[in-house]
Amino acid sequence: MLDQDLIQRTLAAALRTGGDLAEIFVEDRASSNAVLDDGKVEHLTSGRDRGAGIRVIVGDTTGFAHTADLTPAGLLEAAEAAAAAARSGGGGVKEVALERQHAPRPHEVAVLPETVGKGEKVELLRRADAAARGAGGAISQVTARYGDSRRRILVANSDGLLTEDDQVRTLLSVMAVATGDTGMQTGYQSLGRTVGFELFDRYDVDQIGREAAERALLKLSARPAPSGTMPVVIGPGGGGVLFHEACGHGLEVDLVAKGASVFAGRIGERVADPRITLVDDGTMAEEWGAFAVDDEGSVAQRNVLIQDGILTDYMWDLLRARKEGRPRSGNGRRQSYKHLPMVRMTNTYVLAGPDDPEDIIASTPKGVYVAHLGGGQVNTATGDFVFGMTEAYLIEDGRITEPIREGNLIGNGPEVLASIDAVGHDFAMGSPGMCGKDGQGVPVGDGVPTLRVPALTVGGTA
Amino acid sequence: MASAPTEPDLLALATRVADQARPGEQVEAFVARSTSTSVRAYGGEVESLTQASTSGVGVRVVVDHREGFAYAGTLDEATVQEALEEARDNARYAEPDEFNGLAEPDGVAPAELDLWPKGLPEVPTADKVALALDLERATTGRDPRVQGVRVAMYSDGLGEAAVATSTGIRVWDRAGTSYLMVQALATQDGETQIAGGLSVGRELEDLSVDEAADDAVLRATRLLGAAKPATQRVTLVLEPRMTATVLGLVGGMLNGEAVLKGRSPFRDRVGEAIASPLLTFVDDPTDPRSLGADTYDGEGLARRRNELVRDGVLQGFLQNTYTGRRSGTASTGSAARGVSSTPGVAATALAVAPGQGSHEELLATVDRGLLVTSMAGLHSGVNPVSGDFSVGVEGLMVRDGALAEPIREATVASTLQRLLLDIAAVGADLEWLPDGTGGVTLVIPDVTLSGT
Repeated sequence: MLDQDLIQRTLAAALRTGGDLAEIFVEDRASSNAVLDDGKVEHLTSGRDRGAGIRVIVGDTTGFAHTADLTPAGLLEAAEAAAAAARSGGGGVKEVALERQHAPRPHEVAVLPETVGKGEKVELLRRADAAARGAGGAISQVTARYGDSRRRILVANSDGLLTEDDQVRTLLSVMAVATGDTGMQTGYQSLGRTVGFELFDRYDVDQIGREAAERALLKLSARPAPSGTMPVVIGPGGGGVLFHEACGHGLEVDLVAKGASVFAGRIGERVADPRITLVDDGTMAEEWGAFAVDDEGSVAQRNVLIQDGILTDYMWDLLRARKEGRPRSGNGRRQSYKHLPMVRMTNTYVLAGPDDPEDIIASTPKGVYVAHLGGGQVNTATGDFVFGMTEAYLIEDGRITEPIREGNLIGNGPEVLASIDAVGHDFAMGSPGMCGKDGQGVPVGDGVPTLRVPALTVGGTA
Repeated sequence: MASAPTEPDLLALATRVADQARPGEQVEAFVARSTSTSVRAYGGEVESLTQASTSGVGVRVVVDHREGFAYAGTLDEATVQEALEEARDNARYAEPDEFNGLAEPDGVAPAELDLWPKGLPEVPTADKVALALDLERATTGRDPRVQGVRVAMYSDGLGEAAVATSTGIRVWDRAGTSYLMVQALATQDGETQIAGGLSVGRELEDLSVDEAADDAVLRATRLLGAAKPATQRVTLVLEPRMTATVLGLVGGMLNGEAVLKGRSPFRDRVGEAIASPLLTFVDDPTDPRSLGADTYDGEGLARRRNELVRDGVLQGFLQNTYTGRRSGTASTGSAARGVSSTPGVAATALAVAPGQGSHEELLATVDRGLLVTSMAGLHSGVNPVSGDFSVGVEGLMVRDGALAEPIREATVASTLQRLLLDIAAVGADLEWLPDGTGGVTLVIPDVTLSGT
């Protein structure tokens, strides 16, 4: 993406007035999107973003500048701005010798979306729309979105690192509105992988449309959700966001280091039932949070965070791992070259457990079964987190009965983790997600088997 | 940073693109450029200092009522040209829609607004760094229970944008804002609470370290000892910033695009009472008090005052050019966009008309209630199509008109439709928020609070 000599000169310029580490992150992102709404293909969008972010670290201070100008002059200017921002004193020219590293890719991409005709992409939307509308007469509106992106990155730093990655993502989503006597309800379904257009040879677009529509139709007859504290059973694949919020963010070492996490100082302690093993895994082939190297050039890893209920590790970025002299975990990510990297999750999931999913439901006399969770949010300092249920049912006498309307659930991360009392053997990954932190969004994946939380607060009205 | 054109160069670039329209084709270029500085202080040191400069162009082409769009994150002429060609190509694959088409000058005069902080570009970076460091020091020096912050930050942004179309739009404007933000950590008996404080303005002199620090310290410390409440029905008291958040959600439901596509529960309700007669709210980007104040919308039309609800009665919806045409009305100057997207519809300066009574006077009228000081899960628990509303809350219980114990890990639930109709009091305490909205204290009786 950039000439090696130019990279070396840029890093040397960044360190001309001193500093512990200089890094250049180059990104070239091309994307295409199409939207079908209200029965029409509304518009297609193509985008191109290309630029470099340069940071200089002096002690605990980071100077950062970015530029869309990848010429030698543009990069030099950004390098000097980053160096000035870090207010480095001392000085001395430092030679930077780079050694190119090749990280194994989690999987191959067969059909780059840029090689596929726009007409073919639009046709997928028409099929999804028709399938959703065909699911029932009450479907009053459908929005289908297609998007693909190819993000090529290069990371080099004055420790000698030089590495690249080529990240492809393809996504299709459908939002359906059903209208009935009780008003309008919505249903959403999506399909996304870090692969190319071969995604649609393997998965049925019609099914995505139908599932979105069925969710909306189901909710037309849904009862108001109950209110108060009760057992909640989370279905396989539908509820990974529970762990993302309940403990994932709290295990990001930047928050831990600042005392802004309830999990600070708890390594080696029992934090969950022995049936719980929680993994964050950037190498998980094809999943939405997968990559070969993170946005600091660290190779993606499979990191066990909770082993058999014991907290084993946090997630790390380059600077903190470097400072501690420990291995990097591959969790340094950024939204784009315009952003500083932070500690972020990749694909976060709970391994399958020993319990029979049917028994878990049958042994719950009264509660809520959540087949599909929406987004969530956590206050890492208190551990309190919320997440939305987008498809949920009452459990009565050990059986799943009537659907209930949308609402949030609220709980406390450490308490919920410690209290989970059943983990099914039916693991599944969930839908592609976008995780936001301090204004930056990055793609993530999650997964869970069926599991039961004996007491969560359901935010309904009934 | 990349030397990018400034006015009139930015407008000239947009015009050069628009002028390439072929017969039967409409072309629009939206060009934007911004610079920003952001300083994060932590532990008495600068944690990071970011100097950023961003520019880009979005090109829209309409031909035979088909629309195509492309953008590029640079103003490099060759890449801009590629974007125009891509937009043309994309238009071939969209379906024709008779209402597609660019904005045309509509004769509405732009408001005279002074949105450019003349002093800010001259402020040395060292002064900005000093503010961030001061903010951390001030926050940790006020209360023994607040010994740390998650972040103390100074940030500013200066931006300019131009729109030119082959239909005769030629506009350029610029604006800037700056803010201080701190998240304080309050700790007592092994429990930690976090809360944020803000100070927002255009010039550096508008910012107050004390205001942001006091706000964060008060908000974090008053939650110490918070417990989960019992499930009950309570009178909700929304702080001005919570009111602004809730009304922002309602504003989204009064968006002409949601209405046209059958996704707004208020779509057939113009002229009807959708809220308590105490409630009036407007979207007025020409009000200079709002940080969302703006001269032109994303399609280059003058921004204007739009009354959405008067005395509880729905007056109309916000429109861009497309939704205005298709609904048989006209654009309300509410096209919202960035470089990388086609124009949507959004409010930018939504505010409640102040009612009667101060925050304290309203609290004093409540026998048993909950003062909501923060809400969580708005994106997962509020459905703008059905109006279902369920959010996580923190706050202070209200007993006999006085603030009582803090609560956490609870939710409140209702529907947005119900909440609007049930408003029992609207405060006079208008507060302008960083996102441009203006809120007052609201009192809403009989809402479900879920806890134990």
